[in-house]
Amino acid sequence: MSLDRAALIRERIAAALAPQTLEVIDEGHLHVGHAGEGKGHFRVRVVSAAFTGKTPIQRHRLVYAALGDLFPERLHALAIEARAPGEG
Amino acid sequence: MDVIERIKTTLAAHPIVLFMKGTPQFPMCGFSSRAVQALKEAGAEFHAVNVLEDPEIRANLPRYSNWPTFPQLFIHGELIGGCDITLELLASGELARMVRDAARAASE
Repeated sequence: MSLDRAALIRERIAAALAPQTLEVIDEGHLHVGHAGEGKGHFRVRVVSAAFTGKTPIQRHRLVYAALGDLFPERLHALAIEARAPGEG
Repeated sequence: MDVIERIKTTLAAHPIVLFMKGTPQFPMCGFSSRAVQALKEAGAEFHAVNVLEDPEIRANLPRYSNWPTFPQLFIHGELIGGCDITLELLASGELARMVRDAARAASE
């Protein structure tokens, strides 16, 4: 199930942001036991030219826009590391 | 009062507002907990709204702010971001500056 979700997240971000690198990490195990969750927690590390010249909030909005309809049912929380090529 | 009005009233009443899961004393989510810590480290006095206790705000704030997750940090009614951005701003020193500016504006 979470494998499916990770693949879906990967597919959406790849289609929307043409990333140079993209990691999707399932962090559900970090949240087991909190308020019925433990499901749908992911971290993404994205390097994309789409982020060049954008503020952090604009970058996060681009990622959220790509994943829009997955919240909140299939995707509960998402940690985002968004970098433009050549940064950090 | 409808929920959007309640959100706007809350944002107008407090320069710094954190919509979170749980309370600053008892956060119910790691992301909310880290955002609270970051604000404290930046020296912020802030108003917290526990969205677990307010299902209407939990359901409607994401549409109002165009941001799907919690926590959500607002300064002067403007969405600053969630946990990651708050931590980034703390690390760069920017959060402390924003907090100082908000406090100064509030006292004028």
